[in-house]
Amino acid sequence: MIDLSLLTDGGVGWLDASGPSSHLVLSTRIRLARNLAGRVFQGRNSETEREDILSVVERAARESVLLRQATKFRLDRLDRTDRQLLHERHLVSKELAGLDADGRVRSGASVLVQDRIGVMLNEEDHLRIQGLHSGFALEATYAEVDRLDSELGQRLAFAFHPEFGYLTSCPTNVGTGLRASVLIHLPGLVLTKEISKVLQGLAQVGLTFRGLYGEGSEVVGNFFQLSNQTTLGSSEHELLDHLGKMVRQVMDYEEQARQVLLRDAPAIIEDKVWRAYGLLRYARALSFEEAMNLLSGVRLGVGVNLIPDVAMYTLNKLLVYTQPAHLAVAEGVAPTEADLPIRRARFVRKVLESEVGRRG
Amino acid sequence: MPCDQCREREAVIHLTQIVNEQVTTLHLCERCAAEKGVESPSGVVKTPLGSFLAAMGKNLPETVSAPRSSDTCGRCGGSLQDFRESGRLGCPECYRSFEVPLRDLLRRLHGSTHHVGERYADRAAPPEEARVETAELREQLRLAVETENFELAAELRDRLRVME
Repeated sequence: MIDLSLLTDGGVGWLDASGPSSHLVLSTRIRLARNLAGRVFQGRNSETEREDILSVVERAARESVLLRQATKFRLDRLDRTDRQLLHERHLVSKELAGLDADGRVRSGASVLVQDRIGVMLNEEDHLRIQGLHSGFALEATYAEVDRLDSELGQRLAFAFHPEFGYLTSCPTNVGTGLRASVLIHLPGLVLTKEISKVLQGLAQVGLTFRGLYGEGSEVVGNFFQLSNQTTLGSSEHELLDHLGKMVRQVMDYEEQARQVLLRDAPAIIEDKVWRAYGLLRYARALSFEEAMNLLSGVRLGVGVNLIPDVAMYTLNKLLVYTQPAHLAVAEGVAPTEADLPIRRARFVRKVLESEVGRRG
Repeated sequence: MPCDQCREREAVIHLTQIVNEQVTTLHLCERCAAEKGVESPSGVVKTPLGSFLAAMGKNLPETVSAPRSSDTCGRCGGSLQDFRESGRLGCPECYRSFEVPLRDLLRRLHGSTHHVGERYADRAAPPEEARVETAELREQLRLAVETENFELAAELRDRLRVME
């Protein structure tokens, strides 16, 4: 079992709900795709080359300020539960953790993490420099990621084309290599059935959305990851400004939708959020999807001040800690398929009991 | 990502539906999407890369004869066919080897071919190499103007501007 306590914040600082607008936005994530000049991309390279990339980049990272103390995880030397744990904490992608359909971990797949930033190695690109902050914090997250990019760029030769910019394995990332994602909770827009209009509007202005766990993941619990689709033709700051403006607009729509719900159907909403709380507090078995939806309901209740005394931090934590690998680690034994909903419900009860106190 | 329906072919159509106030996303391959009556233009976004890659094969004979676009990359040996299948390029040099079709792809994907963000001070390329490349581009520009291929000429001019 890996020891995540080696990380200063356990790698979940982004969950603490301390960031701006954290009643609506869980986290802001930015990554920069980079490749080393003169080397073939990951899809065509060998195990030896991947090892070499790992050692070259790690050396540069140890000389940097931002990753000098980084903890290194070699995904290719971890068992599946540990890899899944890192993925559930949003520290590595599904691909790097080898949790895709084929379920194989690539040799050399690693991540270096220090506080809120890190770098994935031997992912789709040689380097994926990443930063993850609590709440809606595009500029602050970018400032850190940009600093790490400069630090590493001084020590490594990146593949760069005078016209196309930073070269990436997939042309969808070329140019800035920047993908910024804001993980936002939009139950009001879903309940008022405005969400599809909003998502279509976002697509028209070049933004895309995904589920809680990024590319290819389903939308559960009304959590949406909004991010830029294009990476070329706009500067980093233009991309961030555009995404930021649109996210602020979506946040306004969500607030308006919540006001409409409270005005037109206060009794229904109040019943809905307390019912969600009651189920979480007393249910004896919870599927993943049910837990996500109930957490969404309680989160809405806390956001509109119907449910007092539940911290956003508690809800954020439950979102991550009720996933399979976290439940396995919590009790030290991997749960069976049948046991999982029971363990999840037990965990949720325990956390709510200790962190919320007795009410209602 | 495999198709949610057949679990065999790659999903290229991602359909988001709202049923009973729940948002669900369905990932379908082209065939299953057609069987379900999902047409790509009406509200469903097909991956731009997918449609481009499908179209790229058809343009192959044309692009092979275009300047600086051979069918395999001299550096990594990757081919356009490999790219069509995997959606990933083999190495940084592929961007030069397949420049013409890629330029078209980049325009469709990003609406632009010009990086305007932060510039990386390229320590790897010695000045000599850059000079040779500029000369090559000038020659190509001259040929493009002679053959009245003005679109290519404009692109080459832009690239020269960036380099100089």
